[in-house]
Formats: sequence, C-alpha cells, structure tokens
Amino acid sequence: MADTTGGRERRSDFITVSGRPLERCYAPVRADAEEYCRELGNPGEYPYTRGIHPTMYRGRLWTMRQFAGFGTAEDSNARYRFLLQQGQTGLSVAFDFPTLLGYDSDHPRSEGEVGKLGVAVDTLADMEILFEGIPLDRVSTSMTINAPAAILWAMYIVVAEKQGVTRDRITGTIQNDILKEYMAQKTFVFPPRPSLRLVADTFAFGSREAPRWNTISISGYHIREAGATAAQELAFTLANGREYVQTGIAAGLDVDDFAPRLSFFFNSHVDFLEEIAKFRTARRIWAREMRERFRATNPRSCMLRFHTQTAGCSLTAQQPENNIVRTTLQALAAVLGGTQSLHTNSMDEALALPGEDAVRLALRTQQIIALESGVANTVDPLGGSYCLETLTRQLEQETQDYFDRIDRLGGVVPAIELGFFQREIADASYRYQRRVEAEELAVVGVNCHAAGPAPAINLLRVDPRTEFRQVERLQAVRRDRDGHAVERSLRHVREAARGSDNLMYPLLEAVGAYATLGEIMGVLREEFGEYREEAIF
Amino acid sequence: MDRIIRVMVAKPGLDSHDRGAKVVARAYRDAGMEVVYTGLHQTPEQIADGAVQEDVDVLAVSILSGAHSVLLPRIISRLRERGGTCRVLAGGVIPEEDVPGLLEAGVARVFGPGSRLDAIVDFTRELVRSRV
Repeated sequence: MADTTGGRERRSDFITVSGRPLERCYAPVRADAEEYCRELGNPGEYPYTRGIHPTMYRGRLWTMRQFAGFGTAEDSNARYRFLLQQGQTGLSVAFDFPTLLGYDSDHPRSEGEVGKLGVAVDTLADMEILFEGIPLDRVSTSMTINAPAAILWAMYIVVAEKQGVTRDRITGTIQNDILKEYMAQKTFVFPPRPSLRLVADTFAFGSREAPRWNTISISGYHIREAGATAAQELAFTLANGREYVQTGIAAGLDVDDFAPRLSFFFNSHVDFLEEIAKFRTARRIWAREMRERFRATNPRSCMLRFHTQTAGCSLTAQQPENNIVRTTLQALAAVLGGTQSLHTNSMDEALALPGEDAVRLALRTQQIIALESGVANTVDPLGGSYCLETLTRQLEQETQDYFDRIDRLGGVVPAIELGFFQREIADASYRYQRRVEAEELAVVGVNCHAAGPAPAINLLRVDPRTEFRQVERLQAVRRDRDGHAVERSLRHVREAARGSDNLMYPLLEAVGAYATLGEIMGVLREEFGEYREEAIF
Repeated sequence: MDRIIRVMVAKPGLDSHDRGAKVVARAYRDAGMEVVYTGLHQTPEQIADGAVQEDVDVLAVSILSGAHSVLLPRIISRLRERGGTCRVLAGGVIPEEDVPGLLEAGVARVFGPGSRLDAIVDFTRELVRSRV
C-alpha cells in the first residue's frame, strides 16, 4: 500500500454505526511524551509502531489479495478474472511444485504434481495466457516463487512489455526469500551463497529498472506454518531481513537505493492479541535496525510494509465451517496490526485447494471488516492498551535474544548450515502438537466440541488431464521456437552465472526466446550446484 | 518383551511440507521405536529401496502435494518387487474419495488432518503385532 493519498482520507468524516464521530488517531491523554515518541510515535512517524502512514486505512484500504493458482494457465486466468470481478484489488500467483523447484512439466520428477498445488508454468507462453486480459499497469501481482524467482520475474516483465507496459511501471512482488526456504518452506534448489547472489542481482536490477516492484517479500509466514512460535517467526524473519540488507550492501548498492523495495510477509495465527502485538513489534524493530545498524536515511527504508495471510495450519478438516470464524479473527488481527495487504484463507483449505464459493466467502470476510466493522476508520485503535503494549515489548526482547544467539553462531547462513532454525522450529512444532493432544490448547471441533454432522462441501478437483495438456503445450513451444536463439541465450545465462554480470539481463533474453524454466534452471543447477539438507526431526 | 519396532517416515515427490512427517517421526521415537526419516524430495524408488535396506516393519508416507495416487502405488509396487514385506501407512491431505483406491493398492490406513499422534502410534504397533 503506497501512500498515494497525500494525507487525504477516503471520507470527510468517519462515524460509528451509532453516530459517534471517530478521530483519526487516539493517543494517551497525559502521555509521557518522551517515552511515547521513543516507543510508539504517531502513525507515519519513526519507529512506526502504530503504522507506517498517518492516515492508514482512512486514506486507503489494504490490498485484498487472494493467493490462487491451479491447473493450467487458462484455469488460473479464469480464477483471477473471477476474483477481480468480486472486488479483489491485487493478484497473487501460486505455482505448482515442478515450477517452484524449476522442473519442466515433462520431467520424470514432475509426474503427478503438474498443476496440483498451483499453476504450471514452463515457458513464456504459459505466462502470456496466465495474464491475458488483465491490465498489468493497473493490477499489482505478487508471485510466490523463490529459487527460480528471477526467471519468473523476467517472464512477467516480458509479458507486461508485450502488453505495452514498460518495466518501470509494473507493480508487484516476487517472494524471492531463499533463506526461509532452508529454514521452513523447503523449496530450495541452489546452496545459500549462489542463491543470495541471485537475490542481489534482482535488487540491483529492480532499483535501476523496475523501481515500483518489490524485489523480495521477506517471509515469516512459512516459518510459522512449519510450527514456529510468534517470537520465532518475528526473530527469524527479521534476522533474514538483516541478512538481505547486508547482501545488498556487500554487492555495492546504497542501502537507501534498495531498502524501500524490501517488503515482508507474516502469518496471522489464532492468538488474537499476541498477533497484533507481533505486527507492531516488527515495525518497531525494523525501523530501529535500519536506522541504527544500517544507517538508512530515507524514511521509506525504515518502514516495514507487509502482507499477511491467515494461518493455514490453524484450519481444520473437521467441522470446516469453523474455519470461517477462525479466519475472520485472524484477518481482524492483521488489520488491527496495520497490514498493507491481506489473504484470507478459505474454509475448505484443510481438504483441498479452495473452491470458488469458499474463496468468495473468504474475500467477503475482508470486505466486511473493511467496510462494515468500523475498525478501518481510526488508526491503530488498540495502541496504548496495557496488554498490547506489554506484549509488544516482550516480543521485542525475545527477538533481540534470538538475534544475539544467531550472531553468536556467525549469522543466518552458518546457523542454517548448523540446523539451528530447523531444530528450533521442529521443537516448537512438536511441543504445540503435544499441547493440543493433552488438551492444553483447544482446537474446537477436533479436541473439544467435536460432535456434529459433517457438512457436504463441494471440493475443487484439478482436472486430471492437466498434466497431459500442459506437456502437449510445452512440447509444441519447444518445436516452434528458434532453437539457435534459445541455445545462444542459455550460453549467455551460463556465462553470467560463472562471472559476476547481473543475471537478470540474460534471463530476460532466455525467457523471451521461449527457453523453458527447466532448461534455464538446468544451466544454473550445473553452475551453482544443488543444496541437500540434513533431515532433522 | 516385544522387540523394537522399526519405522521409516518418508516424503516422496516434490512435496516440501514436512511439519507433519517430522512430528510423527518424533512421536514414534518417543514411543520407543527406531525411526529413519528420509528427508524431502525422495523418489518412490529411493523410498522403497531404503525401506528394504533398512528392513523396517512399517513405512509411513506423508504426502500433502496431491500426488498421492501416482506416488503411493509406485512405492508399493517397487517395494513388492524388491521383496519388501513392510506395511505401508499414508498421511497428509488426501481426499476421502481417493482413500479406497489407496487401500486397494496396499496402503494399510490413511491418516488425515487432525489425526492424533497416539492413534497413529497405537495403530502402527497393532499392525506390527498382528503380522507376527
């Protein structure tokens, strides 16, 4: 959510359902002014505990962005159009496992996986279909892609340019957060060092050529989904953020040139108050780290902007309608925490990818919070709550303790190689599961109040012919393209990978020549090697 | 005294969701079993061959990627080719309507989301006991 409002608000006044006018923001009546400024600050002021904009949702609502993708590019394109029609304001692309790991759909390892958990993208031809009829100068797009992030971004840029939208005008985000892949999400391909070099290349390219694009989404979401606590999610994510800033600086970039394009992505879990505190803590710590550690001078470098997704791991297959209520509370926490964009999970996601009815209901949940509940009409309404401010301070201290432990291990990459994060997360996830089974933690419909009929839910089934159709299209592209141009472009990719030239340029050439994702990743696999993790449980 | 049960917990295919597999592996270990965890991204052949080589009693396969109907039958047929006699369990996000096909292919039971760890451990013990 860029502050494009210039301080203007959505309405001239904000009035409660009972007729009471609401001020933009409330502050302590007799504040200890010095402490208030140091710890909280007004919204839009350092350290941004209360939000990054003075008007927040009174100026502009958050972006409603549902993560979606399945089957072929045609199937997913239809879902995106449906979501935009329903009032969604941004796109978010889910890719299938072969795409996430850089295999073509006809690779033996892709069998059974094509189009299952996301959309299959092998070449530019798929990307062209995926965004057909969607104006890329007006819609922002987030892509959950990590190891091959630079390649998919290159495809997006070429598709936009074919639509007549130059690269300096596209808006959106690539996840591109490889560090948390080793910790939690596990769709890594290359070892950490060459992976970070790719990240640095995207930072440099972005700051030069695509200044409105977020070149990374530093993600706690998957760390939390893997079983981490709120403090671990916060600490590990922000530690990764510091590592990326160091990576950019080490690559010769000025911190204020790329830091404003760093974005974050958090989970909103079941514990309502703790989650709100977590979002506020994240902003405060990041602002201080950027100003004090990295000497950033541009205020935008110090503003932590984030996307939120409600907690997939909190959804239950039992009594799935309960998930609507869980998601509502989690979405409300994200909004009270000042998120810039939001995905609300659908009620059926413990069973399958979301069906159309379920995803519409999830989007409506956001719309009701935004337009009916009134919480968007005053900024940081819970700021100053004794409980919340205490939780915020506690989480800040716990994060600092983790920073110290990570530093003692030599930083994020050595700590990954030692299995530190993986072990911390595995321990937390096992403790959580044991607490659920001991009924210390309630999961309504599962370990308590479990009686009741199972409702019939219309689940989404990915068309079983997807794999066949996708492989057919891939083979047609391979047949019809200029083979020499492909070979030449892959040679350029290899040369850049061996040297230190920015990889984005040869990648743009390769995707434009319809080289496949698997071919390009194959070259990079040969040059960079592949990462193998030690399995810790 | 019963002999120690040997279990392999496996993650086949490209699926990267390993939270459940690791929690189940740990529950088996806490229940006194010997546990081999394959780690991620194993081919069906690697898993079946590993199970034979490790001579496990039970192979517990976790899949949340939707590729279960392709991967599980391939694991089981390879296992039988190699003379493996271990029993196979499956866990993960597997739609109800796919379960009969998996049972027919030789899976002893499918544990879906929300399954209790002690139910998984108890079932595994029973499965080994009933075989002896």
